[in-house]
Amino acid sequence: MAISALSPTLSDNGAVVERHWQELNLRRRTYTFLGLALLAVALSGSLWFANATNAGKFFDRLPYFFDFVGDLVPRDGAEIGRALFDLPSPYDDGSLKYNYPEGRVYLTDTIYVPEYFYKMLETLNIAIFSTIFGMFFGFILCFFAARNMMPNPWVRGIARRFMEILRAFPEVVIAGFFLAILSLGPIPAMIAVSIHTVGALGKLFFEVVENADMRPDEGLKAAGGNWIERVWFGIVPQVLPNFMSYFLLRLEINVRASTIIGAVGGGGIGEPLRLSISQGHEAKTLAIIILLFTTIIAVDQFSAWLRRRLVGDQAFQLAQ
Amino acid sequence: MTTSTLMSAAEMEAIAARHPQLLKGSASKRVRSVLIIAGIALYMIYSWWFFSIGQVLTNANWGIAGSYLADWVSYEVRPDIRIAKDGAMQVVYPRFSPLGPDAKPDWVTIETKMMERSVDAPAAAQQQPQAKKSAFSFMAPNAAVAGSGTEAAAATETRTEEVVSRATVRFGGAASIEVVDGKVTAVYDGQTFLMRLDPAKGVEPEGALPAWATQKRPGEKIQLAFGMTGWAEVDVEKVSIHNRFPGWANFIFDTNSPFFNKSFGEVMSLITTGDRIDPALSNLALAWDNILYNSEWQHLDVWTKLLQTIVMAFVGTLFASVIAFPLCFLAARNITRNGVLNQVTKRLFDFLRSVDMLIWALFFTRAFGPGPLAGMSAIFFTDTGTLGKLYAEALENIDDKQREGVKSVGAAPLAVQRFGVLPQVLPVFASQALYFWESNTRSATIIGAVGAGGIGLKLWEAMRTNSDWENVAYMVILILIVVFIFDSVSNALRSRLMGQKTH
Repeated sequence: MAISALSPTLSDNGAVVERHWQELNLRRRTYTFLGLALLAVALSGSLWFANATNAGKFFDRLPYFFDFVGDLVPRDGAEIGRALFDLPSPYDDGSLKYNYPEGRVYLTDTIYVPEYFYKMLETLNIAIFSTIFGMFFGFILCFFAARNMMPNPWVRGIARRFMEILRAFPEVVIAGFFLAILSLGPIPAMIAVSIHTVGALGKLFFEVVENADMRPDEGLKAAGGNWIERVWFGIVPQVLPNFMSYFLLRLEINVRASTIIGAVGGGGIGEPLRLSISQGHEAKTLAIIILLFTTIIAVDQFSAWLRRRLVGDQAFQLAQ
Repeated sequence: MTTSTLMSAAEMEAIAARHPQLLKGSASKRVRSVLIIAGIALYMIYSWWFFSIGQVLTNANWGIAGSYLADWVSYEVRPDIRIAKDGAMQVVYPRFSPLGPDAKPDWVTIETKMMERSVDAPAAAQQQPQAKKSAFSFMAPNAAVAGSGTEAAAATETRTEEVVSRATVRFGGAASIEVVDGKVTAVYDGQTFLMRLDPAKGVEPEGALPAWATQKRPGEKIQLAFGMTGWAEVDVEKVSIHNRFPGWANFIFDTNSPFFNKSFGEVMSLITTGDRIDPALSNLALAWDNILYNSEWQHLDVWTKLLQTIVMAFVGTLFASVIAFPLCFLAARNITRNGVLNQVTKRLFDFLRSVDMLIWALFFTRAFGPGPLAGMSAIFFTDTGTLGKLYAEALENIDDKQREGVKSVGAAPLAVQRFGVLPQVLPVFASQALYFWESNTRSATIIGAVGAGGIGLKLWEAMRTNSDWENVAYMVILILIVVFIFDSVSNALRSRLMGQKTH
């Protein structure tokens, strides 16, 4: 509109172009509008459905929204520190709300690790172990799934589908299944997180391998190198920094994942957190949250630092 | 291998000696990789010890794992052959047998005879025949039995009854068990194995035990394993049959439904032309209702919970991207030239991201009660942080020329953002949001298990009972289908969005 008003003397060809442009613009606007309308309908439908099937209704519960703050206000500030380091509390009433000496892990007769630190260590170890495990098998699988290293479409397809299944299979189910066989403990969580990690890292890895420079590989092929030599000397040196970067990203995700799996029945810090929230132990809840928060930030910062050293500023996107 | 370009070993060594730095990495590099590998190996050994993995794996109940896995895709029918002291037998199906009441499966053959029996307790005597007739409708008769049992004293009574004299159960794969006159004959794997049931001496095997039979002590019950087709337990008073069939039992209609055990054609003709079974509903509506409220599979509930999971991910991600969108302009240092504001928003994003989704989920479950609102809010809070951080990074990496161009023609600040910045980052923003929508569909399953709504809790409950693995399989398949569809949709949309860019 604006252009035609500015230049009323368009040539015939110009008028055709102008008309076509106007049409395109109108169509684009219609699509945008339709898309937004569809989104609005989907959103309101979703919100209605969520509200209707929730235990408490949104507007009824809104006044109680800050109830959870009540879960976080301890009797006095020093109580948080006492809960975190498992020091004797002056308010001890025999319940587990203040003192919980059962969870201590004694290193010697008098020196002990407070329960939450031990549990946090357990969660961290679950994450590290499963990430290493996942990296090992993802590393082996990825070369079978990459188009440039595996010309056989059957092997490639099987490797890719296999990793897809590992990735999409809900972690809760794997954890629950092994919980039934192995009984309570951190190992079901480890197996669940490991299996998921194999699939997730394998996918990221084979995409890196497919983007690798093939000239070293050609050189090795020309010199008569076999498949393993081509992989080991041609591809691995160039993809290893990226692999490490993805490994560290996965480690960050796995620390979070193992906390969640822990909360639904595995070992680690998740379970005491869930319990202390549901039992209303303010100081303990806050202590665990502070511990978890600090650990996650520390892991994130460490991994970011190491990744920056390994690959510079590239490959910084989060991946799930 | 005999081309002229090939060098002799001596020549190669000479070249290697002239350029040592090319063929051998520096000493520190070589040592470092060895150290890293050794460190990882040591760590794995430490973890093995820390979690006592070996011990747990050896103590695990692996035998049960097989039967749990088999439960995913098959079901068992468990009739009991009860043997009274006088040798009278009866075949009893459990109350919630997948065959429903009045089960007469063709793999159980019985011969009956009339028998004179003397019974001590009248209550027991009356209970037995009617339990055989129907395992399901025993509420009212049972009450009557209790009444008659109190007035009749424990006097011995003689009566003639029809009892089972011979029961043969056929398993799949040529296995079978025959019970007659206190003798149990099992056939499997081409071997015939005879056991005698003696009230005084217990279960006595005739000859050596075959490989598929186990008995812990002489006289105790004998277990017979028929591979994937089931197993049986032989005791003096009871032979328990566990006959396994592939597939899911009563997936469409449960045993209470009037359409139970009818073929597809029968159901269709009932729906189209049959008389109304329930006067208040048409047959089609009744069938649909029966499917939705199938007591074993709970289709409606499962579908509702699955939809909750999808909705949680959808609304959570959408709200997160809507809130992260304006905030990321504040966080990007090339857009907002205010160090304090940048830092405050970035730290807010870090905080939202680092307080785990689990913690948000637990708190919102307390605020809104269990249900999708809690999960939705948890996803919203975490993803506002993640998306905000990613959006701010995308903004900081934009090409400044377009912005300068728009600025140079004297556009207002808002117009500079709209025409100089937004066209560059909008596809990236939308693509990131789609990616998180897709990955949140997966994580919504997990946080559901702590009470934040969706299929997670249902899945977890089904697993905790250890007997509903077929329901777990059903839900897993539904989840996999949903994840697969969302993956494809989001991938297709993303590649269209990012299509023009050379990424």
